[in-house]
Amino acid sequence: MKIIATDRNGKVHELEGRDGWSVMEILRDGGLDIAAECGGACACATCHVYVNDGWFEKLPAPSEAEIDMLDMALAVEPNSRLSCQVICSDETDGIKVTVAPE
Amino acid sequence: MSAAIETDVAIIGAGPIGLFAVFELGLLDLKCHLIDILDRAGGQCTELYPEKPIYDIPGLPIVTGQELVNRLLEQVKPFNPQFHFGEMATRLEKLEDGRWKLATDAGTEIIAGVVVIAAGAGSFMPKRPPVPGIEAFENAGDGVGVHYAVRKMETFRGKNILIAGGGDSALDWVINLAPLAKSLTLVHHRDGFRAAAHSVNQMRELEAAGKVKFHVASVKAIHGEPGKMTGVTLAGHDKSEWQQDADAFLPFFGLTIKLGPIAEFGINLHENLIPVDTARFESQTPGIFAIGDINTYAGKLKLILSGFHEAALMAQAAFHVCRPNEKLRFQYTTSSSNLQKKLGVS
Ligand SMILES: Cc1cc2nc3c(=O)[nH]c(=O)nc-3n(C[C@H](O)[C@H](O)[C@H](O)COP(=O)(O)OP(=O)(O)OC[C@H]3O[C@@H](n4cnc5c(N)ncnc54)[C@H](O)[C@@H]3O)c2cc1C
Ligand code: FES
Repeated sequence: MKIIATDRNGKVHELEGRDGWSVMEILRDGGLDIAAECGGACACATCHVYVNDGWFEKLPAPSEAEIDMLDMALAVEPNSRLSCQVICSDETDGIKVTVAPE
Repeated sequence: MSAAIETDVAIIGAGPIGLFAVFELGLLDLKCHLIDILDRAGGQCTELYPEKPIYDIPGLPIVTGQELVNRLLEQVKPFNPQFHFGEMATRLEKLEDGRWKLATDAGTEIIAGVVVIAAGAGSFMPKRPPVPGIEAFENAGDGVGVHYAVRKMETFRGKNILIAGGGDSALDWVINLAPLAKSLTLVHHRDGFRAAAHSVNQMRELEAAGKVKFHVASVKAIHGEPGKMTGVTLAGHDKSEWQQDADAFLPFFGLTIKLGPIAEFGINLHENLIPVDTARFESQTPGIFAIGDINTYAGKLKLILSGFHEAALMAQAAFHVCRPNEKLRFQYTTSSSNLQKKLGVS
């Protein structure tokens, strides 16, 4: 399963997702610059990404906790998600994300 | 500025590892001063996960971040550590007598035989919105320009204030500053807030009364000369943009971790971490130790229990630096009446 991720410099990375892992973990292991300070606990909003090309609508809706935590993210757009809360599966194969500015 | 403080050990960071270092150093009669930019002890545990349970502290099958920190504070109490909260350690300099002088942004100066860096991933700092040139409007003076905290409310009297964010700090300051502002505008990315319900209700009342303007929008640009802000460009989700007068812009998006001034201390760093040896946990600068999340060595795990071990070994080495002519006796807290006296239990 693939994740197509654009970093803050606009460079596109094609990463291999892992079933049950969060998109944040894949981005971090793939060497992208994403702080993810709370390690995926939905407590810091520093794993903020934009989900592009219709993928936002295909994902399960964010939880109440994620929507709240997004209030602490910068430059939030309608397609913003916290990547630690997006879990890789067959359904997310090919998902396109862009790391949000710091 | 008051005279410099003299002590045995200056610790940068009052996270769990800095706290436990006080205990291990205290057993060896070394006195500590701690500096932390936060306004309380606990580092990541209290800032990022106070309510979440930790399961891998030896002997404590389950303990929350806040509980662990409370227990550590209780454990170090007999050693009477001195905390300097809300201060950033900004400067480190070696003195001629071999000791170190550590200075903070608040003017505190600590002279110590040993400096222990227990700075985690760095210091917690306010998140800065990605608005071009925003830095130039920071530190512009009382009540004008960009502020990430309100120190004196009075300085904002009669000003056009713009607040951004949707958490408790944002709404608290909307409520507190609205009565004295010339105008107050709140912008947030959605028409909903994570702040406490009663604050949201109060904000809505102020909005209904015309005392506060609320827009689902974000700040795209700041206008004015550096140091003198005159207004901002706001953008809605539909990409429409408009301009608005503002003397002050207060963004409240919580904190993020930045390595900060430690990078300028002249200590060898590897990818923002301090390489140490695993016998002493000393940096490549003798007399400067590094423990907890900030250090790196072969096999390093960023775990609290590893940091505790590092603190114990560091303390032994630090003792010899501070007291070169004294001999160190290895003792157990269980059986040493000498240690028990220090702990106030015998
Ligand atoms: C959500 C989450 C869950 C976790 N769960 C576990 C777990 O279950 N088990 C476990 O073992 N670990 C866990 N950890 C990791 C653990 O919290 C860290 O290993 C630990 O906090 C490191 O402690 P520290 O004292 O080294 O640093 P920190 O806790 O990061 O504290 C460093 C302090 O130094 C201050 N500081 C830094 N630079 C300066 C400066 N220049 N001036 C002033 N102050 C400064 C900072 O403000 C901060 O308060 C978790 C972490 C997170 C985020
Ligand atoms: S990593 Fe902290 S919220 Fe996702």
